[in-house]
Amino acid sequence: MLLIRCPWCGDRAELEFRHCGEAHIVRPADPSAQSDAEWAEYLYLRENPRGWHRERWRHIHGCGRFFNALRHTGTDRFAATYRAEDPRPEIPE
Amino acid sequence: MSQRFGLLSLAREALRGHRGWQPQWRSPERPRDAYDVVIVGGGGHGLATAYYLAKEHGLAGRVAVLEKGWIGGGNTGRNTTIIRSNYLFPESAALYDHAVKLWEGLSQDLDYNVMFSPRGVMMLAHNVHDVQSFRRHVHANRLDGVDNEWLTPAQAKAYCPPLDIDCARHPVLGAALQRRGGVARHDAVAWGYARAASALGVDIVQNCEVTGIDRDPATGAVTGLRTSKGAVRAGRIGVVAAGSTSLVMAMAGLRMPLESFPLQALVSEPVKPVFPCVVMSNTVHAYISQSDKGELVIGAGTDQYPSYSQAGGVQILTHTLEAICEMFPIFRRMRMLRSWGGIVDTTPDRSPIIGTTPVPGLFVNCGWGTGGFKATPGSGHVFAATIARGEPHPIAAPFSLERFTTGRLIDEAAAAAVAH
Amino acid sequence: MSGRLPAGGRIDRTRPLRFTFDGRGYTGYAGDTLASALLANGVHLVGRSFKYHRPRGILSAGSEEPNALVEIDRGGGRREPNVRATMVPLVDGLVARSQNRWPSLRLDLASLAGLAAPLLPAGFYYKTFLGPGREAWHRRWEPLIRRMAGLGRAPDAPDPDRYANRYAHAEVLVIGAGPAGLDAAIAAAEQGGRVILCDEQAEMGGSLLADPAQWDRLAAMLATLRANPRVTLLPRTTAFHHGLQNFVSLAQVLDRPDGLRERLWQVRARRVVLATGAIERTIPFAGNDRPGVMLADAARTYAARYGVLPGRRVVASVAHDSGYDAAFTLQDAGETVAAILDLRADPARAAAAEARGITVLRGHGIVGTRGGLHVTGVRAAPLMEGGRPDPVRARDIACDLVLMAGGWTPTLHLLSQARGRLRWDEAADAFLPGDLPEGITCVGSCAGTEAGLPIRAIAAGAAPGAFIDHQNDVTAKDIALALREGFTSIEHVKRYTTNGMATDQGKTSNMLGLAVAAATLGRALPEVGLTTFRPPYTPVTFGTLAGRARGLDFEPIRRAPLHGWAEAQGAVFEPVGQWMRARYFPRAGEDMHAAVARECRAVRAAVGMLDASTLGKIEVTGPDAAEFLERTYVNAVHSLKPGRSRYALLLREDGFVFDDGIIARLAPDRFHVTTTTGGAARVLHMLEDYRQTEFPELRVWLTSTTEHWGVIALQGPRARDLLAPHVEGLDLSREAFPHMACGAARICGIPGLVFRASFTGELGFEVNVPAGHAPMVWERLWQDGQRLGVVAYGTEAMHVLRAEKGYVIVGQETDGTVTPDDLGYGWAIGKAKRDFVGKRSLARPDMQRTDRLQLVGLKPRDGRVPDEGAQLVVGEGPSQGHVTSAYDVAVLGLLRAGRSRMGETILATSLDGAPIPLEVVPPVFLDPKGERLHG
Repeated sequence: MLLIRCPWCGDRAELEFRHCGEAHIVRPADPSAQSDAEWAEYLYLRENPRGWHRERWRHIHGCGRFFNALRHTGTDRFAATYRAEDPRPEIPE
Repeated sequence: MSQRFGLLSLAREALRGHRGWQPQWRSPERPRDAYDVVIVGGGGHGLATAYYLAKEHGLAGRVAVLEKGWIGGGNTGRNTTIIRSNYLFPESAALYDHAVKLWEGLSQDLDYNVMFSPRGVMMLAHNVHDVQSFRRHVHANRLDGVDNEWLTPAQAKAYCPPLDIDCARHPVLGAALQRRGGVARHDAVAWGYARAASALGVDIVQNCEVTGIDRDPATGAVTGLRTSKGAVRAGRIGVVAAGSTSLVMAMAGLRMPLESFPLQALVSEPVKPVFPCVVMSNTVHAYISQSDKGELVIGAGTDQYPSYSQAGGVQILTHTLEAICEMFPIFRRMRMLRSWGGIVDTTPDRSPIIGTTPVPGLFVNCGWGTGGFKATPGSGHVFAATIARGEPHPIAAPFSLERFTTGRLIDEAAAAAVAH
Repeated sequence: MSGRLPAGGRIDRTRPLRFTFDGRGYTGYAGDTLASALLANGVHLVGRSFKYHRPRGILSAGSEEPNALVEIDRGGGRREPNVRATMVPLVDGLVARSQNRWPSLRLDLASLAGLAAPLLPAGFYYKTFLGPGREAWHRRWEPLIRRMAGLGRAPDAPDPDRYANRYAHAEVLVIGAGPAGLDAAIAAAEQGGRVILCDEQAEMGGSLLADPAQWDRLAAMLATLRANPRVTLLPRTTAFHHGLQNFVSLAQVLDRPDGLRERLWQVRARRVVLATGAIERTIPFAGNDRPGVMLADAARTYAARYGVLPGRRVVASVAHDSGYDAAFTLQDAGETVAAILDLRADPARAAAAEARGITVLRGHGIVGTRGGLHVTGVRAAPLMEGGRPDPVRARDIACDLVLMAGGWTPTLHLLSQARGRLRWDEAADAFLPGDLPEGITCVGSCAGTEAGLPIRAIAAGAAPGAFIDHQNDVTAKDIALALREGFTSIEHVKRYTTNGMATDQGKTSNMLGLAVAAATLGRALPEVGLTTFRPPYTPVTFGTLAGRARGLDFEPIRRAPLHGWAEAQGAVFEPVGQWMRARYFPRAGEDMHAAVARECRAVRAAVGMLDASTLGKIEVTGPDAAEFLERTYVNAVHSLKPGRSRYALLLREDGFVFDDGIIARLAPDRFHVTTTTGGAARVLHMLEDYRQTEFPELRVWLTSTTEHWGVIALQGPRARDLLAPHVEGLDLSREAFPHMACGAARICGIPGLVFRASFTGELGFEVNVPAGHAPMVWERLWQDGQRLGVVAYGTEAMHVLRAEKGYVIVGQETDGTVTPDDLGYGWAIGKAKRDFVGKRSLARPDMQRTDRLQLVGLKPRDGRVPDEGAQLVVGEGPSQGHVTSAYDVAVLGLLRAGRSRMGETILATSLDGAPIPLEVVPPVFLDPKGERLHG
């Protein structure tokens, strides 16, 4: 079970959180202007990297806030968690 | 095949201390410079694809399988071996039943005992919604020519005596039973396909990681690939890399509608035969059978976050065993012997992707999520045809990559809340 | 023959304990394990091996035991298979039985399988049983194989015992209470943080327990730790799973008289100290599995800790100096050491042995062992070139105990589980900790021990028939066969031979198997690789992992405020998500069909009351509340006036129906939004996602009020007559409070909300009062309603009533593949809206197809009502859709291009009869003009 640092509440057990997919995918401002292919890309295409992954979590059984995390999908280690308004942390060496 | 298997050959070899057995498959240290088709991924699906390419499409001696580790070391060797075809939508039922029909003769076809055991797969209904959903499956399957029958709770208990149909929180209200469903020996599937493919001239190269895909600058078509063991030319590449598919496809510049999650499973210590069939319950999340060795084989869930670590949280195991103990209270004093994790690649509609890609010459077979083992022979068979003809096999056609653009999804998961 | 020494050991000779093994009575002492007590009684044959049913004895004194597996029966569902006798503390009245033999342990007919062993090499089953016929395996051979396989018997009755669990945090968790672990725990405790020290043995001390000279020191260390209130000592507690960030799971055996058997500890530790020790290696000579052949250190432990001599005359096969310690201990205890056969040519401690009068044969090994059910001697011989003993020069040495001292393998399973790296260390001749994850240290012999003869050299001298995996009967020649057949990856070797896959998970076999493979292939050990260590460290009872989650505690049950009332009325409940909802209220003699028909009739004729409290409720407030709902739901919300509500549909971004409910505008900046019962949590989660991450600029707040409001639905032509007298502050008249009106009021004196809403097609109201007041309000209305012929109705009647009106249920008419237009609910979509969640997806080509499945009514033509889920077909053809809801009064279905097929007759499949003809009709069977609704 992961230990996750909520930017508002601190370190908590994974049971309190819900993973919410890849981060920084912005909903198009005008979906109707999107082609079917562009829309499919927004809906479905994902980086799914082996390595550092920017992803969303929600402290659903806590403060309820969404936040972002930088986690390595090979080791499952977190480099950082950060709020939407925070600058994106650098990918570690 | 140089050596046929059977009791006779076993007896003959016993007389000389089993010194005459040959390697079951040729394992060239490195790939040749060129092949007609290169399959990326030496799991069951990839090896089956190579076998059918060589056997049915005139490509004997012109196909290679490149495996970054050891064959069958991914999800083929890490699943709970459930085989069934009672899927809801006709497209899915056709695909999985194609596989079941091949399973039924696979040991003979491969001359390798894959231990296909059609002992019946029973899916339990615990509430009114389950009953409606599974009866819908029964109706749909029968119309599609796939066997599936509805059992009363008492009939379910008779079919699986360890089951507690009166469990307090989620009593059993009925069950859907597919008698042709069952289990097989997972490792043997990889080895059997490898041996048969190798005999048809397929090169199986292990410890050979693909590091790049080369494309013609003008046409964009694939021309070959780079590997940890040198470059290989090939006009057609079939990617069958399961959890690692996104990584391989990225080498051709493609993003996929996939996310890879850790999926765990476990076995108990071996005991004498006590569990005659396969039981699945989606409501309480329990998937269980007993291996021929005597271990209870139990499927657990996926972790919630994508990962390539082949390891998951202990809470997934405890949750699974809560369910097992609830439905089979006599197993409470059985012991978990071994647990492990695989990486499953899942699509947005939880159905696989089999077919062509926007890159000419590049084919993909992925997205089997938690349910790929059962499809192994069918998947390999239709994917081989797709690669050989350059267009989707009719059974594979609905599972195209384009469906995510058109919206013609095949959403088994949403339709039935059924894990695979 | 008794093996008990007259004195010594840590057993309590004042407390004799009686036990039985295979029905024969024996006596041991408190402090014994079952294994030590059996040895004390001269019982060496305790089990049969998995494949060849060879006689097996006790190999070890710890959790690595592969052979001595027994069934323990505590009676009444407490029968437990495959228990390691070495890990069972003896208790009075213990009943143990041997396993996997018939008819008896001494005479096991299945051991004839051993005669067929040449036909049963590794993987034989892949090469045989291919016929006759396709089903030969499943029908003929598999049942045979299954009966032969397996070890013990599974329990046959539910386990009556209880299991507990506990979460804990610790500054330092020390795993293993040997000398290094005790030191580490004491040092950590001095730092002042919370310390947990666990050990799998019943008694703490590890190797100190087998060294009487250390017992005073041990007692002092334990006293220090016990005196510290911040230290938790957990004996009989196995750390079996080491997850990321030092989340470690421990299985503690309690065996309390009140039935509490085991406890799962889940510990998050800042630092984990692995002091897990090392496991002694076996030596691969022929016959190394015969009862009486034992790990050297185990024999030492039996003598020193338990006061038991496992033999009278011992031969030790030694490749490591530690073997001498064992031999000396046994000699001191009175055993005759017939010889030490050292595989090494020039062992340093030979002189010390010789000084004790022990014969040391340098450069010697064992060609084979003699004996039937117990060893009676060995054939000792000098080693040839390559390391095998020379059979020609062998000579017999009589003995009744053979020790194996093959060196040591550090126990690093947990480190590997925690994703630490192991590295091969040539000098230590072992895999040692490489990269340590943050917060993990290794101390004591798990961090490395002195090397003896390298294991690869030992393996090079392996006899082909020597057992590598004692439980799974894997021999050196099986490994050679696998390699010959091309299984050259160590993972392939393991899977093909099953080496290391038995209940001991290869604790005594993995390294030797690897070494045999390396020697056969002529490669270095690390080139062949190491198989993965998978949790658990030792097998863990399912019950321990499941803990308290059993029976009704398996999953929480949510009960609505009126649950008690319904229960008192004899309602039959159904689970809906975690909720229990009253399904129907049978009267005497009524079945469900009759009760539901009566409830429906009363609603249509007079008035019915339904507990609708389980509906999800979200309060949406803020200046931008309307804009937020406008962007998320398909409906036009800005145009909704305060005091009015609207049927609301929520789509996923992919365009499919996700949930439905009502949006009620209580004030310009305040909305009351309802969801389905099962959808409440996921709808709130989805809305929060859009609020926080897509539309953070909107000033809007979401609050779940599901459990704050008790909801009483009053439905039927007399609903107003029932409700109005109890409502103050709101005019419920047809004109002032039309369909879909809403407002605040006092109901039975309680401030609440009233909605004019109908899920039946009748005049209807939904009364919301604070949940605590709901029973009182319900009771008042119920009493008053008697004058009007009120009924309480349940979810089943609700389903019938709504189906008759053509109202859909999300999850029944929809299945995640259905759009609003498919339901004929296109009218709900705000026409002028530029965007809402899911809108763009509805424009995709497949969503625009005219032959999509569409909701229709279906009218049975021969009186038979089809199954829900029945497929709709024309002739023999493929599926054209399916029945979604089916009642006597209304059948709904999704039919391909259904809206254009009114009047057509189609067939519904039947599981037990002829297909059922149905006429395609509009999906509204009741009051299509809405006169009752607006009444």
